[in-house]
Amino acid sequence: MAIREDHSRFRDIIRGRIKENFKKYVSQGEMIGKRENDFVKIPVPYIDIPRFKYGPKQRGGVGQGQGSPGDPMNGEPQEGTGEAGNQPGEHQLEVDVSMEDLAQILGEELELPDIKPKGRPKMDAIKNRYNGIAPVGPAGLRHFKSSYKRALQRYISSGVYTPETPVIVPIRGDFRYRSFKPVVQPQANAVVIYMMDVSGSMGEEQKEIVRLESFWINTWLKKHYKGLEARFIIHDATAKEVDEKTFFSTSESGGTLISSAYKLTKEIIEADYPPNEWNIYPFHFSDGDNWSGEDTRLCMRLLQEFFLPNVNQFGYGQVESKYGSGQFAKDLEREFPNDDRLVVSKIENRDKILGSIKDFLGKGR
Amino acid sequence: MANLTPELEKWRLKILKVAEGYGLDMFETIFEMITYDQINQFAAYGGFPVRYPHWRFGMEYEQLSKSYEYGLSKIYEMVVNTDPCYAYLMEGNRMVDQKLVMAHVYGHCDFFKNNQWFAPTNRKMMDQMANHATRIRRYTDRYGVDVVEDFVDKILSMENLIDRYSPYIKKSSEKERQDEEAKRSEVSLLRVNRDYMDEYINPQEFVDHQRKRQAEEASRSMKFPAEPERDILQFLMHYAPLKNWQQDIISIIRDEAYYFAPQGMTKIMNEGWASYWHSKIMTQDILSDSEIIDFADAHSGTMAMAPGGFNPYKVGIELFRDIEDRWNKGRFGKEWNECDDIQAKANWDLKLGLGREKIFEVRRNFNDVTFIDEFLTEDFCVRNKMFVYKFNKRTGQYEVDTRDFGQVKKQFLFQLTNFGQPIIQVEDANFENRGELLLTHRFEGIDMQPNYMVETLKNVQVIWGRPVNLATVQDQQPKLYRFDGKEIHEIAIGQPPSESAVSDSEH
Repeated sequence: MAIREDHSRFRDIIRGRIKENFKKYVSQGEMIGKRENDFVKIPVPYIDIPRFKYGPKQRGGVGQGQGSPGDPMNGEPQEGTGEAGNQPGEHQLEVDVSMEDLAQILGEELELPDIKPKGRPKMDAIKNRYNGIAPVGPAGLRHFKSSYKRALQRYISSGVYTPETPVIVPIRGDFRYRSFKPVVQPQANAVVIYMMDVSGSMGEEQKEIVRLESFWINTWLKKHYKGLEARFIIHDATAKEVDEKTFFSTSESGGTLISSAYKLTKEIIEADYPPNEWNIYPFHFSDGDNWSGEDTRLCMRLLQEFFLPNVNQFGYGQVESKYGSGQFAKDLEREFPNDDRLVVSKIENRDKILGSIKDFLGKGR
Repeated sequence: MANLTPELEKWRLKILKVAEGYGLDMFETIFEMITYDQINQFAAYGGFPVRYPHWRFGMEYEQLSKSYEYGLSKIYEMVVNTDPCYAYLMEGNRMVDQKLVMAHVYGHCDFFKNNQWFAPTNRKMMDQMANHATRIRRYTDRYGVDVVEDFVDKILSMENLIDRYSPYIKKSSEKERQDEEAKRSEVSLLRVNRDYMDEYINPQEFVDHQRKRQAEEASRSMKFPAEPERDILQFLMHYAPLKNWQQDIISIIRDEAYYFAPQGMTKIMNEGWASYWHSKIMTQDILSDSEIIDFADAHSGTMAMAPGGFNPYKVGIELFRDIEDRWNKGRFGKEWNECDDIQAKANWDLKLGLGREKIFEVRRNFNDVTFIDEFLTEDFCVRNKMFVYKFNKRTGQYEVDTRDFGQVKKQFLFQLTNFGQPIIQVEDANFENRGELLLTHRFEGIDMQPNYMVETLKNVQVIWGRPVNLATVQDQQPKLYRFDGKEIHEIAIGQPPSESAVSDSEH
């Protein structure tokens, strides 16, 4: 049908516009704050056709309702509803882009290969969603409004309703109940574990970079694993598991023992994610300072013996900070010079995020 | 063609009979039952099944589909102003909704057929639109999608630069204009019967004065266009250096803009009229007792006012009811206006019963501007809690400004005049004797939005080829914006306008 043609033309234009600005979106992270479930709002310049028109703020208008002069109105003024299509409308300069489209664009932009999952195929779980109304059901699920409406209808149509004494007594047949539909939900079979160094040398800017980077890694992995799980670990000299919000907002001070985080991650994997069933992606972000050579050697042993054989890929991102020496990346590169399972990426500033994402995800593991 | 179920068809005939009984007079109306996806598609195309290819229809479609899928809105009805009239019902709506829609649609059809502002409308627009689509598709095949689409985008940005009143005005014919020209070539002097009186009746100063005036007039007619032209699309189509296919695309977009214009000029009346009749027909003749609640639910949904918003359905239906009531009770004319006894006014009822007749007359002769101008009363404003809102820069929000009747009416009329869009006209096509185009904005106290203005100006320049100038006012300073194809120049001109130079409605 013709509309499909026009619609895909529109999608192409939007995607073109988004692609033009993609680098900016990635490094500024403005879309992260605009997420709603599976969509992000992305501003698109001039998708509505420019016309000579009045500036909105000066215009004013006629409204209806309560309020004295000087009272603020609720919300933005709107022209009332109307039949669509008669007049050129004003459109928001933001479009909803699904996370899937976004991942698609990310993939095209960075020429990322698809990930080949390992382990068992996905399992689907069945869950019930309450989103319908049925004439039978348990009393606990009674839907008041629908039931009342039925009763009122019965009263009026049988002619016994009197507006003076509007008493409605429902009978059994009037009752309506919430009902459910089974919804198939894919079982998670991939987990990504983010570890971040929050010692004194990691500043706000460094954490922002980690935040952006992890958002994009999540977006890409979600495209391949429908029910991706994410775990968050912060560490200085000791490590602890936190929720996502804390992960990005905590600032600690003190020394750095990287091995503490690796040990905790190992425990989590052993407890919850048997490697033969799960696709596992640990990512560690730090400024590269470790307390001692002794601890670094412990980390290398953990990587060698536990992580590399068991995970899909281990990512280490080194954020540049003015206090960090950046030694840990060098140590890793020396210890595992040609190992596909370990990716080391250095992120000097925001503009390097795209390149770093390519480092991490470019191997298709 | 119609694919209504036997039950719906039965109701359709019944509603049609009732409507005709009330005196409604419609084109033949063909109802079609379609799915929500089809209705979204038709709505995206402005009601027409075949339009020329353009991405904005796709955008419209996406928005409609999304808001339907998220349950934010749904389209109850759609009706197309053609002869026969086409109307769409949505599959899966309740019976009571379908009946309501049919009654509402008959109201619209009656309005389309009888309101005088629709008189010049092409009623075979279905075919015309399909024809437009074929032509644009042919250009697309020949010159490429991007080239044609780019040109269409540019012209759409000037879509509103037409003269909405021109279809109703007969322009003086070419012959009359030539006669005028001939008359002007002689110096008009006063008639003299006796030659010797000539130098007294037409003294030399007078002859000189007349000559000078004539020269002035002549120089004015040298200016091109002689009178400012509001149909900028037509002007560009005739005088800009364009290829044939480009001219044709302008004529297509202009045609369609003129087709939709009367619907915009009568939005309040048209919706009010249709709502008045669906309400009357449903409650008096059609509804069964068990349907009353669902009807009331749907009806009040349509009539609801968003906080601070203004709903054309609501204002329209209330005004029609008010008019009917006033003419039934004789609350009009000199005596009524001059009466200042509140008690007497409250009980005023001459039992004239002229209401029904009056609203039919109103639906024939008025458009939104004249409708509000004539029938919005202070009483009505108070009863419907109407107010003027303004944006308060200090607090950063919209606030109720005043409930004063005069202000409300003035704001209302301003909003409706030219659809609340700035009035732009071609002033001079040979500005500064350099073949530049000069557009002027008839300033009514409100600035244009600068970024949109600049982008539109750029588009006009691409069409005109030579630099384009726009005289307007920004931040209380008259300014000339000039775009020469590369840069925008902004030049301050003249004195700031006085405060009182605010909106007078134009007709």
